[in-house]
Amino acid sequence: MTALRFHDLTVGYERHPAVHHLEGAVESGALMAVVGPNGAGKSTLFKAIAGLLKPLAGSIERDGLDPRDIAYLPQVPEIDRSFPITVYDMVAMGLWRSRGVFGGIGGNDRKIIEAAIAAVGLTGFERRAIGTLSGGQMQRMLFARVLVQDARVIVLDEPFAAVDAKTSVDLLELMRRWHKESRTLLAALHDIELVRANFPETLLLAREPVAWGATASVLTAENLNKARLMCEAFDESAEACAAPEVA
Amino acid sequence: MLSHYLLEPLAETTVRHSLAAILALALGAGPIGVFLMLRRMSLIGDAMSHAILPGVAIGFLAAGLNVFAMTLGGLVAGLLIALLAGAVSRATALQEDASLAVFLLVSLAFGVVIVTINGIDIERLMTFLFGEVAAKMSAEKLLVIAVNATISLVALALIYRPLVLGCVDPGFLRSVSRADGIAHLTFLAVLVLNLINAFHALGTLLGVGIIIIPASTARFWTRDVSTMIVLATATALFSGFAGLLFAFHVKIPSGPAVTLIAGLLYAGSVLFGRIGGIVWQAFPGRHLEA
Repeated sequence: MTALRFHDLTVGYERHPAVHHLEGAVESGALMAVVGPNGAGKSTLFKAIAGLLKPLAGSIERDGLDPRDIAYLPQVPEIDRSFPITVYDMVAMGLWRSRGVFGGIGGNDRKIIEAAIAAVGLTGFERRAIGTLSGGQMQRMLFARVLVQDARVIVLDEPFAAVDAKTSVDLLELMRRWHKESRTLLAALHDIELVRANFPETLLLAREPVAWGATASVLTAENLNKARLMCEAFDESAEACAAPEVA
Repeated sequence: MLSHYLLEPLAETTVRHSLAAILALALGAGPIGVFLMLRRMSLIGDAMSHAILPGVAIGFLAAGLNVFAMTLGGLVAGLLIALLAGAVSRATALQEDASLAVFLLVSLAFGVVIVTINGIDIERLMTFLFGEVAAKMSAEKLLVIAVNATISLVALALIYRPLVLGCVDPGFLRSVSRADGIAHLTFLAVLVLNLINAFHALGTLLGVGIIIIPASTARFWTRDVSTMIVLATATALFSGFAGLLFAFHVKIPSGPAVTLIAGLLYAGSVLFGRIGGIVWQAFPGRHLEA
């Protein structure tokens, strides 16, 4: 069973590829790290998986899943922190796919929301305005929303950027829990040691896939060095890609 | 004495119409203003109010002083500008506010040309811009305002959830839903309806005051969206009633009267507002234990 399959996928901006000719599959229930230098195309790939960016070429198969049913946590969420909304309401928005624009939130939903807030350690913060949260608390709240989303495929873009060690440990625990529940989980990460210790599978990306497979075989010094060298800036005068398009 | 001051205007039917209309106007203006502010679109709302002028002018030319024709004209002009600006910003690199600014200026210029070429007397022009002197209003206008307000409230209730989420976390809304585009367009349409209401009640130039100012006032008193909407509506209502009485007794146009009262409430809130008001910031009290 594959959860995601990439067919000669190229994604990018204004015809410039950020991820070039990615081919391969993510098994259902995989716990996979996506590693690579800044500008390697990790965020771009995740946006494409979440259906927010149309591929320039190739395609993504999601095993029949609507992209809107994939839980996606961006690296820099476009959240207006000054907006007057409570932590509880923000977490409740995770129910969108099941409740939609008009559906009411019932007693069972409330239990789900409260359980999610408790699971991320934010009990007591329900009535707080989101603007009063610290960076780490904000990330915990967003993880609670992902919990409520109850998605089969979860994509987290640098979830540990700008959070302290304690928060990282707690959030990693949640990721392990999702893995145990057989959800497919992809996370973009920079901490190589953390990846080695916790993620069985890794995709090393540098605009093009450098290596993809069992973490130990991917994160070798040689591969990491190769990734560093491959990551160059957009060439403004680049020619159209010569590789034949896959229909 | 005071009761006389309050009750005397009620003897006139046209003034009673005005007071009823301000109630309907305030009910729509409260929530619209709050969302304009939270979407950082307050100035866009202000600018949009000028965009309806050519439509109103064309309606006026076609059917004379017919409320329904002017409403229809304003509605078409406002929606057209909103849609065109939105389309240009989506199809090109230009941001929506920049593209709106262009359309509004052209639209206003067009409106003034139409009005001037066809000769409009200065008194009528003043009414267009600033509202009826001494708070008079016809029954037809009241009907149009009530219908517009009803449509607005129903539409707002329908798009409330995507509207809120689209303000606080637009990226998340896009990742779970396709409702963001429809919600935004509906919001713009509702905005246009309320601008037309404000135009009928208070004139094109200052009508938008009852939409924008109460929302900014309410922001100083609460951190919760729903409460903010209720407070903004109440502020709009009070400014409306007090402003109309002011206009009636002093014999001035309703637009500036209502806007000045709203401005006074705003000034008070800037000073004494519980959330971020100047006095509270200057004397926050001793810091807490935890």
